[in-house]
Amino acid sequence: MRYLPLTDTDRQDMLTVIGASSVDDLFVDVPAEARLPGKIAGLPDHASELAVERHMAALARKNLSAGEAPFFLGAGAYRHHVPASVDHLIQRGEFLTAYTPYQPEIAQGTLQVLFEFQTQVARLLGCDVANASMYDGSTACWEAIGMARRITKRGKAILSSGLHPHYVSVANTMAKFTGDALVHQAPTLDAAPDIDALIAGIDKDTSCVVVQYPDILGRIADLTPLADAAHAAGALLVAVVTEPVALGACRTPGHMGADIVVGEGQSIGVGLQFGGPYLGLFACKQKYVRQMPGRLCGETVDAAGKRGFVLTLSTREQHIRREKATSNICTNSGLCALAFSIHMTLLGEKGLRELAALNHALAVQAADRLARVPGVTLLNDSFFNEFTLILSKDAREVVRNLADKGVLGGVSLGRLFPDAPEIGNGLVVAVTETVTAEDIEAFAKALEEELA
Amino acid sequence: MSRYFTDEHEWIDVEGEIATVGITDYAQEQLGDIVFVELPAEGTAFEKGDDAAVVESVKAASDVYAPISGEVVETNSALEDEPALVNSDAEEDGWFFKLRVIDASELEGLMNEAAYKKFVASL
Repeated sequence: MRYLPLTDTDRQDMLTVIGASSVDDLFVDVPAEARLPGKIAGLPDHASELAVERHMAALARKNLSAGEAPFFLGAGAYRHHVPASVDHLIQRGEFLTAYTPYQPEIAQGTLQVLFEFQTQVARLLGCDVANASMYDGSTACWEAIGMARRITKRGKAILSSGLHPHYVSVANTMAKFTGDALVHQAPTLDAAPDIDALIAGIDKDTSCVVVQYPDILGRIADLTPLADAAHAAGALLVAVVTEPVALGACRTPGHMGADIVVGEGQSIGVGLQFGGPYLGLFACKQKYVRQMPGRLCGETVDAAGKRGFVLTLSTREQHIRREKATSNICTNSGLCALAFSIHMTLLGEKGLRELAALNHALAVQAADRLARVPGVTLLNDSFFNEFTLILSKDAREVVRNLADKGVLGGVSLGRLFPDAPEIGNGLVVAVTETVTAEDIEAFAKALEEELA
Repeated sequence: MSRYFTDEHEWIDVEGEIATVGITDYAQEQLGDIVFVELPAEGTAFEKGDDAAVVESVKAASDVYAPISGEVVETNSALEDEPALVNSDAEEDGWFFKLRVIDASELEGLMNEAAYKKFVASL
Protein backbone atom coordinates (compact mmCIF):
# COMPACT_ATOMS: atom_id res chain seq x y z
CA MET A 1 0.00 0.00 0.00
CA ARG A 2 1.33 3.45 -0.89
CA TYR A 3 1.64 6.06 1.79
CA LEU A 4 -0.15 9.21 0.65
CA PRO A 5 0.22 11.98 3.20
CA LEU A 6 -2.56 14.54 3.62
CA THR A 7 -2.08 18.18 2.69
CA ASP A 8 -3.39 20.95 4.89
CA THR A 9 -6.05 21.58 2.25
CA ASP A 10 -7.16 17.91 2.41
CA ARG A 11 -7.48 18.22 6.15
CA GLN A 12 -9.42 21.46 5.96
CA ASP A 13 -11.78 20.03 3.34
CA MET A 14 -12.60 17.04 5.55
CA LEU A 15 -13.12 19.21 8.62
CA THR A 16 -15.47 21.47 6.66
CA VAL A 17 -17.55 18.49 5.51
CA ILE A 18 -18.03 17.20 9.06
CA GLY A 19 -18.45 20.68 10.52
CA ALA A 20 -15.44 20.75 12.82
CA SER A 21 -13.07 23.67 13.04
CA SER A 22 -9.94 21.73 13.98
CA VAL A 23 -8.72 18.18 14.49
CA ASP A 24 -8.66 18.83 18.23
CA ASP A 25 -12.44 19.34 18.09
CA LEU A 26 -12.75 15.63 17.33
CA PHE A 27 -11.18 14.76 20.68
CA VAL A 28 -13.19 17.03 22.97
CA ASP A 29 -14.82 14.00 24.62
CA VAL A 30 -11.44 12.67 25.77
CA PRO A 31 -10.61 14.08 29.22
CA ALA A 32 -7.72 16.54 29.12
CA GLU A 33 -5.66 14.52 31.63
CA ALA A 34 -5.84 11.48 29.36
CA ARG A 35 -4.43 13.37 26.40
CA LEU A 36 -0.81 13.84 25.52
CA PRO A 37 -0.01 17.54 25.37
CA GLY A 38 2.29 18.55 22.51
CA LYS A 39 5.04 16.27 21.29
CA ILE A 40 6.58 13.16 22.81
CA ALA A 41 9.77 14.16 24.60
CA GLY A 42 12.93 12.99 22.87
CA LEU A 43 11.18 11.81 19.70
CA PRO A 44 12.11 13.85 16.61
CA ASP A 45 9.47 14.78 14.04
CA HIS A 46 11.30 12.90 11.34
CA ALA A 47 14.59 11.20 10.61
CA SER A 48 16.10 9.59 7.54
CA GLU A 49 15.47 5.89 6.96
CA LEU A 50 19.14 5.06 7.37
CA ALA A 51 19.32 6.95 10.65
CA VAL A 52 16.24 5.14 11.95
CA GLU A 53 17.69 1.75 10.92
CA ARG A 54 20.95 2.49 12.71
CA HIS A 55 19.17 3.71 15.81
CA MET A 56 16.93 0.63 15.96
CA ALA A 57 19.91 -1.69 15.38
CA ALA A 58 21.75 -0.02 18.24
CA LEU A 59 18.73 -0.55 20.51
CA ALA A 60 18.46 -4.20 19.42
CA ARG A 61 22.14 -4.78 20.27
CA LYS A 62 21.33 -4.02 23.91
CA ASN A 63 19.34 -7.27 24.08
CA LEU A 64 20.88 -10.62 24.81
CA SER A 65 18.56 -12.69 22.64
CA ALA A 66 17.46 -16.27 23.17
CA GLY A 67 19.52 -17.57 20.26
CA GLU A 68 22.76 -15.96 21.40
CA ALA A 69 23.30 -17.51 24.81
CA PRO A 70 22.61 -20.68 26.82
CA PHE A 71 18.88 -20.18 27.39
CA PHE A 72 16.88 -21.61 30.32
CA LEU A 73 13.85 -19.34 30.50
CA GLY A 74 10.32 -20.72 30.53
CA ALA A 75 7.49 -19.94 32.95
CA GLY A 76 4.85 -19.81 30.26
CA ALA A 77 6.93 -18.96 27.17
CA TYR A 78 9.30 -21.59 25.79
CA ARG A 79 12.08 -21.64 23.26
CA HIS A 80 11.57 -24.59 20.96
CA HIS A 81 12.94 -25.31 17.55
CA VAL A 82 10.37 -24.39 14.91
CA PRO A 83 11.13 -25.90 11.50
CA ALA A 84 11.76 -23.28 8.79
CA SER A 85 8.96 -24.82 6.71
CA VAL A 86 6.39 -23.57 9.25
CA ASP A 87 7.32 -19.95 8.71
CA HIS A 88 7.52 -20.45 4.96
CA LEU A 89 4.07 -22.03 4.72
CA ILE A 90 2.24 -19.53 6.91
CA GLN A 91 3.54 -16.74 4.70
CA ARG A 92 1.72 -18.03 1.62
CA GLY A 93 -0.59 -15.23 0.53
CA GLU A 94 -3.72 -17.40 0.81
CA PHE A 95 -3.08 -17.83 4.53
CA LEU A 96 -1.26 -14.65 5.48
CA THR A 97 -3.77 -12.20 4.06
CA ALA A 98 -7.00 -14.05 4.90
CA TYR A 99 -9.32 -12.03 7.08
CA THR A 100 -11.15 -13.66 9.99
CA PRO A 101 -13.27 -16.11 8.02
CA TYR A 102 -16.78 -14.77 8.51
CA GLN A 103 -17.41 -15.57 4.85
CA PRO A 104 -16.98 -19.34 4.98
CA GLU A 105 -17.72 -20.01 1.34
CA ILE A 106 -14.65 -18.07 0.22
CA ALA A 107 -12.26 -19.26 2.92
CA GLN A 108 -12.45 -23.04 2.65
CA GLY A 109 -8.68 -23.49 2.98
CA THR A 110 -8.53 -21.42 6.16
CA LEU A 111 -11.56 -23.22 7.57
CA GLN A 112 -10.06 -26.63 6.83
CA VAL A 113 -6.92 -25.59 8.71
CA LEU A 114 -9.01 -24.45 11.68
CA PHE A 115 -10.90 -27.75 11.63
CA GLU A 116 -7.64 -29.69 11.70
CA PHE A 117 -6.27 -27.38 14.41
CA GLN A 118 -9.32 -28.07 16.58
CA THR A 119 -8.90 -31.80 16.06
CA GLN A 120 -5.25 -31.65 17.10
CA VAL A 121 -5.97 -29.49 20.15
CA ALA A 122 -8.87 -31.67 21.32
CA ARG A 123 -6.70 -34.79 21.07
CA LEU A 124 -3.67 -33.13 22.65
CA LEU A 125 -5.65 -31.86 25.67
CA GLY A 126 -7.77 -35.01 25.95
CA CYS A 127 -11.12 -33.30 25.38
CA ASP A 128 -14.12 -33.84 23.11
CA VAL A 129 -14.09 -30.47 21.35
CA ALA A 130 -11.77 -27.49 20.93
CA ASN A 131 -12.42 -24.04 19.53
CA ALA A 132 -10.28 -22.11 17.07
CA SER A 133 -8.88 -20.21 18.90
CA MET A 134 -8.15 -17.70 21.70
CA TYR A 135 -5.66 -14.85 22.07
CA ASP A 136 -3.31 -16.54 24.52
CA GLY A 137 -3.16 -18.83 27.54
CA SER A 138 -4.02 -16.18 30.11
CA THR A 139 -7.17 -14.94 28.38
CA ALA A 140 -8.21 -18.52 27.63
CA CYS A 141 -7.84 -19.23 31.36
CA TRP A 142 -10.11 -16.33 32.23
CA GLU A 143 -12.66 -17.40 29.60
CA ALA A 144 -12.73 -20.85 31.23
CA ILE A 145 -13.57 -19.27 34.59
CA GLY A 146 -16.39 -17.30 32.97
CA MET A 147 -17.65 -20.42 31.24
CA ALA A 148 -17.69 -22.33 34.54
CA ARG A 149 -19.76 -19.51 36.03
CA ARG A 150 -22.29 -19.75 33.20
CA ILE A 151 -22.55 -23.53 33.53
CA THR A 152 -22.73 -23.80 37.33
CA LYS A 153 -24.40 -20.42 37.96
CA ARG A 154 -21.92 -19.96 40.80
CA GLY A 155 -19.38 -17.18 41.08
CA LYS A 156 -16.44 -18.37 43.17
CA ALA A 157 -13.36 -19.76 41.45
CA ILE A 158 -10.49 -21.33 43.39
CA LEU A 159 -7.14 -20.79 41.69
CA SER A 160 -4.22 -23.06 42.47
CA SER A 161 -1.13 -21.46 43.98
CA GLY A 162 0.72 -23.15 41.12
CA LEU A 163 -1.17 -21.15 38.48
CA HIS A 164 1.00 -18.71 36.52
CA PRO A 165 0.79 -15.38 38.41
CA HIS A 166 0.23 -13.45 35.18
CA TYR A 167 -2.79 -15.65 34.47
CA VAL A 168 -4.05 -14.86 37.99
CA SER A 169 -3.48 -11.20 37.29
CA VAL A 170 -5.54 -11.30 34.08
CA ALA A 171 -8.33 -13.13 35.93
CA ASN A 172 -8.29 -10.56 38.74
CA THR A 173 -8.59 -7.72 36.26
CA MET A 174 -11.55 -9.32 34.51
CA ALA A 175 -13.24 -10.36 37.75
CA LYS A 176 -13.40 -6.71 38.79
CA PHE A 177 -16.02 -6.24 36.10
CA THR A 178 -17.91 -9.53 36.36
CA GLY A 179 -18.07 -9.83 40.13
CA ASP A 180 -16.50 -13.31 40.24
CA ALA A 181 -14.81 -14.04 43.54
CA LEU A 182 -11.32 -15.48 43.03
CA VAL A 183 -9.58 -17.38 45.82
CA HIS A 184 -5.83 -17.58 45.40
CA GLN A 185 -2.65 -17.93 47.43
CA ALA A 186 0.95 -17.49 46.34
CA PRO A 187 2.93 -20.75 46.23
CA THR A 188 5.19 -22.12 48.90
CA LEU A 189 8.41 -23.94 48.16
CA ASP A 190 6.90 -27.39 48.64
CA ALA A 191 7.78 -30.35 46.49
CA ALA A 192 4.12 -31.41 46.34
CA PRO A 193 1.49 -29.41 44.43
CA ASP A 194 -1.41 -27.94 46.44
CA ILE A 195 -4.04 -30.55 45.46
CA ASP A 196 -5.16 -31.33 49.03
CA ALA A 197 -5.56 -27.64 49.89
CA LEU A 198 -7.59 -27.10 46.73
CA ILE A 199 -9.88 -30.00 47.57
CA ALA A 200 -10.35 -28.65 51.10
CA GLY A 201 -11.36 -25.27 49.69
CA ILE A 202 -14.20 -26.52 47.47
CA ASP A 203 -17.68 -25.63 48.71
CA LYS A 204 -21.22 -25.23 47.38
CA ASP A 205 -20.47 -21.78 45.96
CA THR A 206 -17.46 -22.95 43.96
CA SER A 207 -17.86 -22.67 40.20
CA CYS A 208 -14.50 -24.22 39.38
CA VAL A 209 -11.04 -25.09 40.55
CA VAL A 210 -8.29 -23.87 38.25
CA VAL A 211 -5.07 -25.85 38.32
CA GLN A 212 -1.98 -25.59 36.14
CA TYR A 213 -0.37 -28.77 34.78
CA PRO A 214 2.63 -28.91 35.03
CA ASP A 215 2.43 -25.96 37.40
CA ILE A 216 4.48 -22.77 37.59
CA LEU A 217 7.15 -24.50 39.68
CA GLY A 218 7.24 -27.45 37.25
CA ARG A 219 5.37 -29.80 39.61
CA ILE A 220 3.09 -32.48 38.17
CA ALA A 221 0.06 -33.87 39.99
CA ASP A 222 -2.52 -36.55 39.33
CA LEU A 223 -5.62 -34.40 38.82
CA THR A 224 -8.10 -37.27 39.21
CA PRO A 225 -8.86 -36.76 42.94
CA LEU A 226 -9.29 -33.03 42.35
CA ALA A 227 -11.70 -33.66 39.45
CA ASP A 228 -13.70 -36.10 41.60
CA ALA A 229 -13.88 -33.66 44.52
CA ALA A 230 -14.95 -30.79 42.27
CA HIS A 231 -17.63 -32.86 40.57
CA ALA A 232 -18.96 -34.16 43.89
CA ALA A 233 -19.56 -30.53 44.91
CA GLY A 234 -21.15 -29.58 41.58
CA ALA A 235 -18.08 -27.61 40.51
CA LEU A 236 -15.92 -27.95 37.41
CA LEU A 237 -12.22 -28.65 37.05
CA VAL A 238 -10.35 -26.25 34.76
CA ALA A 239 -6.83 -27.32 33.83
CA VAL A 240 -4.29 -24.90 32.38
CA VAL A 241 -1.37 -26.12 30.27
CA THR A 242 1.36 -23.58 29.54
CA GLU A 243 3.76 -26.11 28.00
CA PRO A 244 1.77 -28.30 25.59
CA VAL A 245 4.87 -30.33 24.66
CA ALA A 246 4.48 -31.88 28.14
CA LEU A 247 1.39 -33.67 26.88
CA GLY A 248 3.61 -35.71 24.57
CA ALA A 249 4.81 -37.44 27.73
CA CYS A 250 2.22 -36.87 30.48
CA ARG A 251 -1.41 -37.96 30.84
CA THR A 252 -3.78 -35.34 29.47
CA PRO A 253 -5.90 -33.26 31.88
CA GLY A 254 -9.01 -34.31 29.96
CA HIS A 255 -8.34 -37.97 30.68
CA MET A 256 -7.94 -37.13 34.36
CA GLY A 257 -11.43 -35.63 34.46
CA ALA A 258 -10.90 -31.94 33.69
CA ASP A 259 -14.07 -30.38 32.25
CA ILE A 260 -12.35 -27.50 30.51
CA VAL A 261 -8.70 -27.57 29.46
CA VAL A 262 -7.04 -24.39 28.28
CA GLY A 263 -3.50 -23.65 27.36
CA GLU A 264 -0.83 -21.56 25.75
CA GLY A 265 0.04 -22.97 22.32
CA GLN A 266 3.18 -20.88 21.80
CA SER A 267 5.51 -23.86 22.29
CA ILE A 268 4.36 -25.46 19.07
CA GLY A 269 4.99 -23.50 15.90
CA VAL A 270 5.10 -20.04 17.46
CA GLY A 271 8.36 -18.38 18.48
CA LEU A 272 9.04 -16.40 21.65
CA GLN A 273 8.45 -13.11 19.75
CA PHE A 274 9.15 -10.90 22.78
CA GLY A 275 5.89 -12.07 24.36
CA GLY A 276 3.37 -12.19 21.55
CA PRO A 277 1.32 -12.72 19.53
CA TYR A 278 0.70 -16.08 21.15
CA LEU A 279 -2.05 -18.64 20.84
CA GLY A 280 -4.75 -19.62 23.32
CA LEU A 281 -5.97 -23.21 23.32
CA PHE A 282 -9.45 -23.98 24.59
CA ALA A 283 -11.15 -27.37 24.82
CA CYS A 284 -13.96 -28.91 26.85
CA LYS A 285 -16.36 -31.78 27.24
CA GLN A 286 -19.01 -32.03 24.52
CA LYS A 287 -21.87 -31.34 26.92
CA TYR A 288 -20.56 -27.85 27.66
CA VAL A 289 -19.91 -26.84 24.06
CA ARG A 290 -22.71 -24.23 23.92
CA GLN A 291 -21.16 -22.27 26.76
CA MET A 292 -17.77 -22.22 25.04
CA PRO A 293 -16.48 -18.80 23.96
CA GLY A 294 -15.41 -18.16 20.38
CA ARG A 295 -16.45 -20.29 17.46
CA LEU A 296 -15.90 -23.74 16.08
CA CYS A 297 -15.31 -24.85 12.57
CA GLY A 298 -17.41 -27.83 11.54
CA GLU A 299 -17.21 -30.28 8.68
CA THR A 300 -20.33 -30.76 6.58
CA VAL A 301 -21.50 -31.48 3.03
CA ASP A 302 -22.93 -28.98 0.60
CA ALA A 303 -26.10 -29.37 -1.47
CA ALA A 304 -24.14 -31.43 -3.99
CA GLY A 305 -22.82 -33.76 -1.31
CA LYS A 306 -19.27 -32.38 -1.43
CA ARG A 307 -17.25 -32.00 1.77
CA GLY A 308 -17.10 -28.46 3.07
CA PHE A 309 -16.21 -26.52 6.21
CA VAL A 310 -18.29 -23.93 7.98
CA LEU A 311 -18.09 -21.88 11.15
CA THR A 312 -20.65 -23.00 13.65
CA LEU A 313 -21.75 -21.97 17.13
CA SER A 314 -20.80 -18.41 16.32
CA THR A 315 -24.40 -17.29 16.79
CA ARG A 316 -23.64 -16.30 20.36
CA GLU A 317 -20.66 -14.18 19.44
CA GLN A 318 -20.31 -10.46 19.76
CA HIS A 319 -20.90 -9.60 16.12
CA ILE A 320 -24.32 -11.27 16.23
CA ARG A 321 -25.44 -11.09 19.83
CA ARG A 322 -23.90 -7.82 20.96
CA GLU A 323 -23.91 -7.25 24.71
CA LYS A 324 -25.49 -10.64 25.37
CA ALA A 325 -22.63 -12.51 23.68
CA THR A 326 -21.11 -15.50 25.46
CA SER A 327 -17.84 -13.58 25.78
CA ASN A 328 -16.23 -10.51 24.29
CA ILE A 329 -13.62 -12.58 22.47
CA CYS A 330 -14.38 -11.55 18.91
CA THR A 331 -11.45 -12.81 16.95
CA ASN A 332 -8.76 -15.44 17.20
CA SER A 333 -5.06 -15.98 16.65
CA GLY A 334 -5.63 -17.46 13.21
CA LEU A 335 -2.11 -17.28 11.86
CA CYS A 336 -0.58 -18.61 15.09
CA ALA A 337 -3.14 -21.43 15.02
CA LEU A 338 -2.02 -22.20 11.49
CA ALA A 339 1.62 -22.28 12.58
CA PHE A 340 0.68 -24.59 15.46
CA SER A 341 -1.20 -26.87 13.12
CA ILE A 342 1.59 -27.08 10.55
CA HIS A 343 4.25 -27.74 13.20
CA MET A 344 2.03 -30.35 14.85
CA THR A 345 1.40 -32.01 11.49
CA LEU A 346 5.14 -32.11 10.75
CA LEU A 347 5.79 -33.70 14.14
CA GLY A 348 2.97 -36.22 14.08
CA GLU A 349 2.06 -38.21 17.18
CA LYS A 350 5.33 -40.10 17.20
CA GLY A 351 7.35 -36.94 16.67
CA LEU A 352 5.58 -35.17 19.53
CA ARG A 353 6.30 -38.10 21.86
CA GLU A 354 9.96 -38.10 20.79
CA LEU A 355 10.22 -34.34 21.23
CA ALA A 356 8.72 -34.65 24.71
CA ALA A 357 11.11 -37.48 25.61
CA LEU A 358 14.07 -35.40 24.42
CA ASN A 359 12.94 -32.38 26.44
CA HIS A 360 12.54 -34.49 29.55
CA ALA A 361 15.86 -36.28 29.15
CA LEU A 362 17.76 -33.00 28.77
CA ALA A 363 15.88 -31.48 31.71
CA VAL A 364 16.83 -34.45 33.92
CA GLN A 365 20.45 -34.08 32.84
CA ALA A 366 20.37 -30.35 33.65
CA ALA A 367 18.60 -30.83 36.99
CA ASP A 368 21.17 -33.46 38.05
CA ARG A 369 24.08 -31.22 37.12
CA LEU A 370 22.66 -28.02 38.63
CA ALA A 371 21.67 -29.76 41.86
CA ARG A 372 25.36 -30.60 42.37
CA VAL A 373 26.26 -26.91 42.46
CA PRO A 374 27.00 -25.92 46.09
CA GLY A 375 24.18 -23.72 47.40
CA VAL A 376 21.54 -25.27 45.12
CA THR A 377 18.65 -27.56 46.11
CA LEU A 378 16.28 -29.10 43.58
CA LEU A 379 12.68 -28.59 44.71
CA ASN A 380 10.85 -31.05 42.47
CA ASP A 381 10.65 -34.78 42.87
CA SER A 382 8.96 -34.98 39.47
CA PHE A 383 8.92 -32.61 36.50
CA PHE A 384 8.73 -32.50 32.72
CA ASN A 385 11.08 -29.93 31.16
CA GLU A 386 10.91 -27.29 33.87
CA PHE A 387 11.89 -27.40 37.52
CA THR A 388 12.59 -25.11 40.45
CA LEU A 389 15.95 -24.64 42.12
CA ILE A 390 16.22 -23.17 45.61
CA LEU A 391 19.35 -21.05 45.77
CA SER A 392 21.35 -19.89 48.75
CA LYS A 393 20.52 -16.26 47.88
CA ASP A 394 17.90 -14.11 46.14
CA ALA A 395 17.41 -15.45 42.65
CA ARG A 396 16.66 -12.08 41.05
CA GLU A 397 20.20 -10.93 41.68
CA VAL A 398 21.59 -14.27 40.51
CA VAL A 399 19.66 -14.06 37.22
CA ARG A 400 21.00 -10.56 36.54
CA ASN A 401 24.58 -11.59 37.25
CA LEU A 402 24.25 -14.74 35.11
CA ALA A 403 23.04 -12.58 32.20
CA ASP A 404 26.19 -10.47 32.61
CA LYS A 405 28.16 -13.72 32.28
CA GLY A 406 26.27 -14.56 29.06
CA VAL A 407 23.86 -17.16 30.49
CA LEU A 408 20.09 -16.65 30.50
CA GLY A 409 19.54 -18.75 33.56
CA GLY A 410 15.83 -19.06 34.29
CA VAL A 411 13.04 -16.96 35.77
CA SER A 412 13.30 -15.94 39.43
CA LEU A 413 10.27 -16.41 41.66
CA GLY A 414 10.92 -12.93 43.04
CA ARG A 415 10.19 -11.57 39.59
CA LEU A 416 7.08 -13.73 39.16
CA PHE A 417 5.76 -13.15 42.70
CA PRO A 418 7.03 -9.72 43.81
CA ASP A 419 4.69 -9.79 46.84
CA ALA A 420 6.04 -13.08 48.22
CA PRO A 421 9.64 -12.42 49.34
CA GLU A 422 9.72 -15.72 51.26
CA ILE A 423 10.06 -17.61 47.97
CA GLY A 424 12.55 -15.15 46.47
CA ASN A 425 15.36 -17.71 46.43
CA GLY A 426 13.46 -19.87 43.95
CA LEU A 427 14.59 -20.08 40.33
CA VAL A 428 12.41 -21.68 37.65
CA VAL A 429 14.57 -23.36 35.01
CA ALA A 430 13.26 -24.59 31.65
CA VAL A 431 15.19 -27.00 29.43
CA THR A 432 14.06 -27.71 25.88
CA GLU A 433 15.51 -29.56 22.91
CA THR A 434 17.42 -26.37 22.01
CA VAL A 435 19.65 -26.75 25.07
CA THR A 436 22.97 -28.55 24.56
CA ALA A 437 25.24 -30.35 27.03
CA GLU A 438 27.65 -27.41 26.69
CA ASP A 439 24.85 -24.98 27.59
CA ILE A 440 24.11 -26.97 30.76
CA GLU A 441 27.78 -27.00 31.71
CA ALA A 442 28.11 -23.26 31.06
CA PHE A 443 25.06 -22.60 33.25
CA ALA A 444 26.37 -24.83 36.06
CA LYS A 445 29.81 -23.19 35.97
CA ALA A 446 28.37 -19.67 36.00
CA LEU A 447 26.04 -20.60 38.86
CA GLU A 448 28.97 -22.08 40.82
CA GLU A 449 30.86 -18.80 40.48
CA GLU A 450 27.82 -16.78 41.41
CA LEU A 451 26.97 -18.76 44.55
CA ALA A 452 30.56 -19.26 45.71
CA MET B 1 -58.46 -22.04 27.91
CA SER B 2 -57.42 -18.75 26.32
CA ARG B 3 -54.43 -18.04 24.09
CA TYR B 4 -52.62 -14.70 24.09
CA PHE B 5 -49.77 -13.32 21.97
CA THR B 6 -47.02 -10.77 22.57
CA ASP B 7 -45.37 -8.41 20.12
CA GLU B 8 -42.11 -10.32 20.82
CA HIS B 9 -43.76 -13.29 19.09
CA GLU B 10 -44.45 -15.47 22.10
CA TRP B 11 -47.75 -17.27 22.61
CA ILE B 12 -49.17 -18.02 26.01
CA ASP B 13 -51.96 -20.41 26.94
CA VAL B 14 -53.57 -19.92 30.33
CA GLU B 15 -55.39 -22.71 32.09
CA GLY B 16 -56.27 -22.01 35.69
CA GLU B 17 -53.10 -20.70 37.34
CA ILE B 18 -50.71 -22.35 34.85
CA ALA B 19 -49.52 -20.58 31.71
CA THR B 20 -47.72 -22.42 28.88
CA VAL B 21 -45.29 -20.33 26.81
CA GLY B 22 -43.77 -20.88 23.37
CA ILE B 23 -42.76 -18.92 20.30
CA THR B 24 -45.15 -18.40 17.39
CA ASP B 25 -45.11 -20.12 14.04
CA TYR B 26 -44.21 -16.78 12.49
CA ALA B 27 -41.17 -16.49 14.82
CA GLN B 28 -39.84 -19.98 14.04
CA GLU B 29 -40.19 -19.31 10.34
CA GLN B 30 -38.18 -16.10 10.66
CA LEU B 31 -35.45 -17.85 12.65
CA GLY B 32 -34.94 -20.77 10.28
CA ASP B 33 -33.61 -24.17 11.37
CA ILE B 34 -33.59 -24.24 15.15
CA VAL B 35 -30.62 -26.15 16.56
CA PHE B 36 -30.80 -25.50 20.29
CA VAL B 37 -33.15 -24.24 22.96
CA GLU B 38 -31.81 -23.13 26.33
CA LEU B 39 -34.59 -23.48 28.88
CA PRO B 40 -34.87 -21.91 32.34
CA ALA B 41 -34.40 -24.01 35.47
CA GLU B 42 -37.56 -25.13 37.22
CA GLY B 43 -38.28 -22.90 40.19
CA THR B 44 -36.89 -19.77 38.54
CA ALA B 45 -39.07 -16.73 39.17
CA PHE B 46 -39.53 -14.21 36.35
CA GLU B 47 -40.84 -10.69 36.21
CA LYS B 48 -42.78 -9.84 33.09
CA GLY B 49 -40.27 -9.05 30.33
CA ASP B 50 -37.28 -10.93 31.85
CA ASP B 51 -35.03 -13.03 29.61
CA ALA B 52 -36.44 -16.51 30.11
CA ALA B 53 -34.95 -18.73 27.39
CA VAL B 54 -32.68 -18.63 24.38
CA VAL B 55 -33.63 -20.09 21.03
CA GLU B 56 -30.74 -20.67 18.67
CA SER B 57 -30.99 -21.18 14.94
CA VAL B 58 -28.16 -21.62 12.47
CA LYS B 59 -28.35 -17.86 11.91
CA ALA B 60 -28.81 -16.31 15.33
CA ALA B 61 -29.40 -16.81 19.02
CA SER B 62 -32.48 -14.93 20.24
CA ASP B 63 -33.95 -14.31 23.66
CA VAL B 64 -37.40 -15.43 24.63
CA TYR B 65 -38.95 -13.14 27.23
CA ALA B 66 -41.36 -13.99 30.01
CA PRO B 67 -44.70 -12.62 28.73
CA ILE B 68 -46.04 -12.37 32.29
CA SER B 69 -44.56 -12.73 35.77
CA GLY B 70 -44.46 -16.19 37.28
CA GLU B 71 -42.45 -19.14 38.54
CA VAL B 72 -41.28 -21.88 36.19
CA VAL B 73 -43.04 -25.13 37.12
CA GLU B 74 -42.12 -27.25 34.12
CA THR B 75 -39.92 -27.09 31.00
CA ASN B 76 -40.28 -29.00 27.74
CA SER B 77 -37.50 -31.56 28.03
CA ALA B 78 -38.36 -32.92 24.57
CA LEU B 79 -36.64 -29.85 23.12
CA GLU B 80 -33.27 -30.93 24.53
CA ASP B 81 -33.06 -33.85 22.12
CA GLU B 82 -35.25 -32.46 19.38
CA PRO B 83 -35.05 -28.67 19.10
CA ALA B 84 -36.51 -28.96 15.58
CA LEU B 85 -39.89 -29.53 17.26
CA VAL B 86 -40.06 -25.76 17.43
CA ASN B 87 -39.91 -25.65 13.63
CA SER B 88 -42.38 -28.45 13.05
CA ASP B 89 -44.92 -27.62 15.76
CA ALA B 90 -44.14 -24.26 17.31
CA GLU B 91 -47.54 -23.61 18.80
CA GLU B 92 -48.25 -27.06 20.31
CA ASP B 93 -45.52 -29.70 20.98
CA GLY B 94 -42.79 -27.09 20.64
CA TRP B 95 -43.77 -25.22 23.84
CA PHE B 96 -40.92 -23.95 26.02
CA PHE B 97 -41.98 -23.69 29.66
CA LYS B 98 -44.92 -23.45 32.04
CA LEU B 99 -45.32 -20.67 34.58
CA ARG B 100 -47.43 -20.39 37.70
CA VAL B 101 -49.30 -17.13 37.09
CA ILE B 102 -48.84 -14.50 39.79
CA ASP B 103 -50.91 -11.64 38.44
CA ALA B 104 -53.60 -12.49 35.86
CA SER B 105 -54.15 -8.80 35.15
CA GLU B 106 -50.82 -8.78 33.24
CA LEU B 107 -52.60 -10.73 30.50
CA GLU B 108 -54.82 -7.80 29.73
CA GLY B 109 -52.30 -5.95 27.58
CA LEU B 110 -51.60 -8.98 25.34
CA MET B 111 -53.07 -9.69 21.91
CA ASN B 112 -55.61 -12.34 20.98
CA GLU B 113 -55.14 -14.47 17.87
CA ALA B 114 -56.93 -12.09 15.51
CA ALA B 115 -54.98 -9.08 16.77
CA TYR B 116 -51.67 -10.97 16.48
CA LYS B 117 -52.49 -12.01 12.90
CA LYS B 118 -53.16 -8.39 12.07
CA PHE B 119 -49.91 -7.38 13.82
CA VAL B 120 -47.86 -9.91 11.83
CA ALA B 121 -49.49 -8.84 8.59
CA SER B 122 -48.38 -5.29 9.30
CA LEU B 123 -44.69 -6.29 9.69
